[in-house]
Amino acid sequence: MTDILMPALSPTMEEGKLTKWLVKEGDEINPGDVIAEIETDKATMEVEAVDPGVITEILVPEGSEGVKVNAPIARLTNGDDEAAAPKEKAKASDKSNAADDREDSGDDDNDKSARDDGHRLHRDQEADDNKGARVTSMRDPDLPEDTTYTETAVRDALRDAMAEEMRRDESVFLIGEEVANYQGAYKVSRGLLEEFGDRRVVDTPITEYGFAGLGVGAAFGGLKPIVEFMTFNFAMQAIDHIVNSAAKTLYMSGGQMGCPIVFRGPNGAASRVGAQHSQDYSAWYGHVPGMKVIAPYDAADAKGLLKAAIRDPNPVVFLEHELLYGETFDVPDVEDFVLPIGKARIRREGHSVTLVAHSRMVKFALAAAEELAADGIEAEVIDLRTIRPLDTETVIESVKKTNRIVCCEEGWRFFGVGAEIAATVTQEAFDYLDAPPLRVHQADVPLPYAANLEQLSLPGAADIVRAARKVCYVD
Amino acid sequence: MAQAARKSASKTAGKPKALSAKQQVALFEDMLLIRRFEEKAGQLYGMGLIAGFCHLYIGQEAVVVGMQSVLEKDDQVITGYRDHGHMLACGMDPDGVMAELTGREGGYSRGKGGSMHMFSREKNFFGGHGIVGAPAPLGAGLAFANKYQDRNAVCISYFGEGASNQGQVYEAFNMASLWKLPVVFVIENNRYAMGTSAERASAETEFYKRGVAFRIPGDEVDGMDVMAVREASHKAVSHARAGEGPYILEMETYRYRGHSMSDPAKYRTREEVKDVRDHRDPIELFRKVLIDAGHADEDQLKAIEKDIRARVAKSAEFAQESPEPDEAELWTDVLIEEAGQ
Repeated sequence: MTDILMPALSPTMEEGKLTKWLVKEGDEINPGDVIAEIETDKATMEVEAVDPGVITEILVPEGSEGVKVNAPIARLTNGDDEAAAPKEKAKASDKSNAADDREDSGDDDNDKSARDDGHRLHRDQEADDNKGARVTSMRDPDLPEDTTYTETAVRDALRDAMAEEMRRDESVFLIGEEVANYQGAYKVSRGLLEEFGDRRVVDTPITEYGFAGLGVGAAFGGLKPIVEFMTFNFAMQAIDHIVNSAAKTLYMSGGQMGCPIVFRGPNGAASRVGAQHSQDYSAWYGHVPGMKVIAPYDAADAKGLLKAAIRDPNPVVFLEHELLYGETFDVPDVEDFVLPIGKARIRREGHSVTLVAHSRMVKFALAAAEELAADGIEAEVIDLRTIRPLDTETVIESVKKTNRIVCCEEGWRFFGVGAEIAATVTQEAFDYLDAPPLRVHQADVPLPYAANLEQLSLPGAADIVRAARKVCYVD
Repeated sequence: MAQAARKSASKTAGKPKALSAKQQVALFEDMLLIRRFEEKAGQLYGMGLIAGFCHLYIGQEAVVVGMQSVLEKDDQVITGYRDHGHMLACGMDPDGVMAELTGREGGYSRGKGGSMHMFSREKNFFGGHGIVGAPAPLGAGLAFANKYQDRNAVCISYFGEGASNQGQVYEAFNMASLWKLPVVFVIENNRYAMGTSAERASAETEFYKRGVAFRIPGDEVDGMDVMAVREASHKAVSHARAGEGPYILEMETYRYRGHSMSDPAKYRTREEVKDVRDHRDPIELFRKVLIDAGHADEDQLKAIEKDIRARVAKSAEFAQESPEPDEAELWTDVLIEEAGQ
């Protein structure tokens, strides 16, 4: 004997009307037969039999309203014991009783336990955030005293990183628009086709959504793709695969499906290319758990962090800057120069104010620091290098020393990297602050084309100086 | 892309290997397992034990079972969110699938994926994806990896006729054909994209022609006839395995249940569903084939049914007994953390 229960036919249904029986007592039914019609909170739906047997008794007559989910509505005999599902019934009704109890006794005790739960969750969250900070206590590799350096353009440092990793690991390949024959739209992949051939340096059609998805599939299939976007503006077409397919799958698969992939290319404003080619996506990608986000400034960091990104077993978004590609910096002549992901670099030490920046804004922060020094304000400049995981430890330590912070980014202010840092500092170093954290950022408008307006829109050293003087209360 | 030399097989692919009576009965069994499993999932949903979205595969069983019957061990399968049938056809354990539906520790994703997101590296099942059309480029990427690594494996990428209107599907078609990737795109045409019929959504409803602009051959297949699916699968998979590039199979099939559990199905008549059930049901059709050919008798099939019902009941039991994931699981599997990184 099996009871047929009132089914929940939508995620929100708690009770419904049994509109019509399509079987009567004595009828033989088989799995899949429509036996009744039920009106839910959303629509009228059909109920199908799951178990075979003969209807012995109809417990709820048609037309009945307010029939609770999981209430028995009919009784069935069947000769097949395995088909019965007594266990499910028992458990389900236990569960619904428990739910009723909770609802009935909505008193202080229950409220308290809910609060406690929320609290615990919050603490776990903090523990996790701190873990991110602990991970970043790794240091850059110590270089020998006699290390020599070579002046290298950022684009060549990136190319060297890819070439070294491709030599080291056969499963690494580069795919994107104009990366092979054309030698890279910004010449970042210059020479790679010649060295590695068209199996490993793959020109794609103009099809960002498609090749981002294909790259993720290849990573699932055991390869380590470097997916180049001609600019991250075009990756808007591909952001679905970056977020939904690359970043979330490890979690959704309970840890089975890693996705070792690097999405890289220029990010942020170029020069006079208008609104659709000039956006900074640091905050967009930094928002998403399940991947890492890197935005280096100089050539050494570009090289050391890109090598680390390619070796990382997780999806990494690697944000370059078109206006830095041609700038040259010293890169140490050491074999296999790999830097830790998630560790900020203190570019200039100071005690008066902390300037936090990443990517090209580091340049302006350093320039601002020089100008401030002339007035006796010694700024500490922190280059974040990695947006996620964010090295909050280094920032907090600095603020404890300087008691003031200015967060600098090229992107918009709302929900930005600076907003996150300002909130974190306020939360974790509130007692050390002598002034509210300030943010320097792009004007809250799409980037204009006209030279004067573009300059007005983008943040620069002068904006940083102004903000720093303000938090130091110097006019 | 360098072309790996492979022997050309599809020109002479012909028919798939003939199946013994026992092997044919096994196909029946595979289809029936999916049917009974899905009915049980529907029941557990009705009891509040499964939540969220739950897309049942009832009516479409012959597609995955016929396709899978010609695949080799290293071949891969990837699909969208109506994925329970694909997982069972790949040989994944019904206990683990059902426990994922109930959100328990014993589920394939330890309860963190749910109905739409399960995976098995061991069985080469690559998900389980909730974004319509995503299996096309992801599947092309798996095929890209096969070719890159010179593995003689083929990826089967399943999606629906509704997904066939997504742009990313054509981006994948283009690259797959351009680079001759070993992938078979299976368009499961169950006639309704949620509540919108193919006629109301598609300017070209002969979906097997959707690859013409990319020079991808396509066949229309009776997706309710498991042996017809097997034959088409053999042809398409042989083509892809021989290095001749992608192939499209449009499966004419039908979903008996709603798009998801809360679908009132007012976009079609009860008569339409009944007509398919009565005249085109893949399991009943094949039952008749087996009996008429003398491969099995009624008693034998009844015994199989009883076994399957017991198997499914066991999975339902496991799915309820398995505990909810530990609270610590909230924070695991976000990133792979490596020592020394």
